[in-house]
Amino acid sequence: MTETVLRTQGLTRRFGGLVAVKDVSLECRMGEVHAVIGPNGAGKTTLVNLLSGDLEPSAGKVVLGDEDITGLAPYLISKLGVGRSYQKTNVFLPFTAFENCRLAAQSRLASSMRFFRPALADREVNAAAGRALAAVGLETRGSTPVAELSHGEQRQVEIAMALATRPRLLLLDEPLAGMGAEESARIVTLLKGLAAEHAILLVEHDMDAVFAVADVLTVMVNGMVLESGTPGHIRSSRAVQEAYLGSEDAE
Amino acid sequence: MNANRIATAALLGALVALALLPFLGEKFTVQICTKIMIMAILAMSLDLLLGYTGLVSFGHAAFYGAAGYALALLTPQYRAANFWTSFPLAVAASALLAIVIGFFVVRTRGIYFIMVTLAFAQMLFFLFFDTKIAGGSDGIYIDVRPVARIGAWQPFRLDDFMHVYYLALVLLVLTYVLLRVILRSPFGRVLAGIRVNEHRMLSLGYPTFRYKLACFVISGAIAGVAGYLSAVQFGVVNPEMLGWHLSAAVMMMVILGGMGTLAGPAIGAAIWMLLELGLQSLPSAGGVDLGKHWQLLMGGFIVLAALLLPNGLIGFLDRVRGRRDESHD
Repeated sequence: MTETVLRTQGLTRRFGGLVAVKDVSLECRMGEVHAVIGPNGAGKTTLVNLLSGDLEPSAGKVVLGDEDITGLAPYLISKLGVGRSYQKTNVFLPFTAFENCRLAAQSRLASSMRFFRPALADREVNAAAGRALAAVGLETRGSTPVAELSHGEQRQVEIAMALATRPRLLLLDEPLAGMGAEESARIVTLLKGLAAEHAILLVEHDMDAVFAVADVLTVMVNGMVLESGTPGHIRSSRAVQEAYLGSEDAE
Repeated sequence: MNANRIATAALLGALVALALLPFLGEKFTVQICTKIMIMAILAMSLDLLLGYTGLVSFGHAAFYGAAGYALALLTPQYRAANFWTSFPLAVAASALLAIVIGFFVVRTRGIYFIMVTLAFAQMLFFLFFDTKIAGGSDGIYIDVRPVARIGAWQPFRLDDFMHVYYLALVLLVLTYVLLRVILRSPFGRVLAGIRVNEHRMLSLGYPTFRYKLACFVISGAIAGVAGYLSAVQFGVVNPEMLGWHLSAAVMMMVILGGMGTLAGPAIGAAIWMLLELGLQSLPSAGGVDLGKHWQLLMGGFIVLAALLLPNGLIGFLDRVRGRRDESHD
């Protein structure tokens, strides 16, 4: 059996009276894409925020490898090998695409308390940034400020930054949102390739993409796990069809 | 000629002019220029926080004054302190103060950061103003300037205004070079990232608190360099060195010259000081003593500058150049 990278147990997050995530237990394994789907407001992004440390759980546990990371600060979780992208593009707009990735790659230095040598003199960091840019297909756009890139390209930078931190676990929150068909296809291919060496948790609305890359699917509704299993299992699940796929078709 | 070469040429030109000034100007001019360079060091140190890291510190005078007071307290009565020990100690005092204050303020954000830096600086101000420490509200004289002796050799004399001028010039250049080096280092890039999007820096794995604190301490230490020089130049320190008037003035210099440019705040310091001097020496007109009410005019100038130069003087120059470049296309 493949290595379990991330495990949650009874993960719960309340906002006042609202339970955004309720008793979610799931696993992400090395070499697998675990897709989390569900209608808007199902708690998918909250779940990602609980895993990355952006939010603290109200109850439950998050275990990375053998380590309990519940409630750790985001920078510590990042250092332990969790990279994430955001649903709403969260980058350094005035910086070039390369500098965005370079800064992401630089975070893997033992410390950035280095005051005298120029940042650009670190070849390893530069190379890591270059690889991340190339992986998402932006190698020719490196010197362009991100603010001047198209929305789709900004989404690609977002993913490249997560990659540049060399994570074991990738948390991708709707990476394809706002991308054109060609860009989407490229990222789907990229995700398939990345799956070999990463555990990937993918939140995505594009069902074609989800069923193309996912090894495991978890369906969330109202903060709870409705169903979890292989794509075939999910497709044939009555509960899922009624609660989610059904309503999607009706739209 | 590209923008970088123009900027480098302008900087070198300014440096040559400053190096030659004492041979051309009178004593008064040299002393004013010394004061301007000291303010330029202080303004550049604030720019590291304000312009490069996005931390709006409204208590920067605290670190400036702390080093001045350190020198005053390190100077024995009627005798001279040793420059080689008192200078590093005074700068260390400012750095230490920045560690303590920074430990608290760096946790706060936005308007609270402004408030808490101001509150700490005012606490220090009243510590010296309301007690008998170092002369209380009157301040304290440094009767004999520090002596910089290496064995029997004395490379410079701090009771000579020319030597103080050149010491200030050397430290101004060193400060500029040091900050430029820091800003392009990995540390400097982290500061820029924090300014633009601190949340993303955290999620990329940067413990931003540490970097902001380190930045606060470097900035405070450099402010201490300026404060030490000021105490040496005037031979006196008083609570005003710690007060919020000075903190506000330095902030104006940075904004006036252009935040996040280093050279801008230095130019801003010169404009501010010369304007202050010029307005104070205005004659009476129509029964109104303009010189006495110079702050009214200064206020008007600030309003005009804020309206006409939203990105400071350097931003204005960039815009003029940009327009010219466009017309060439």
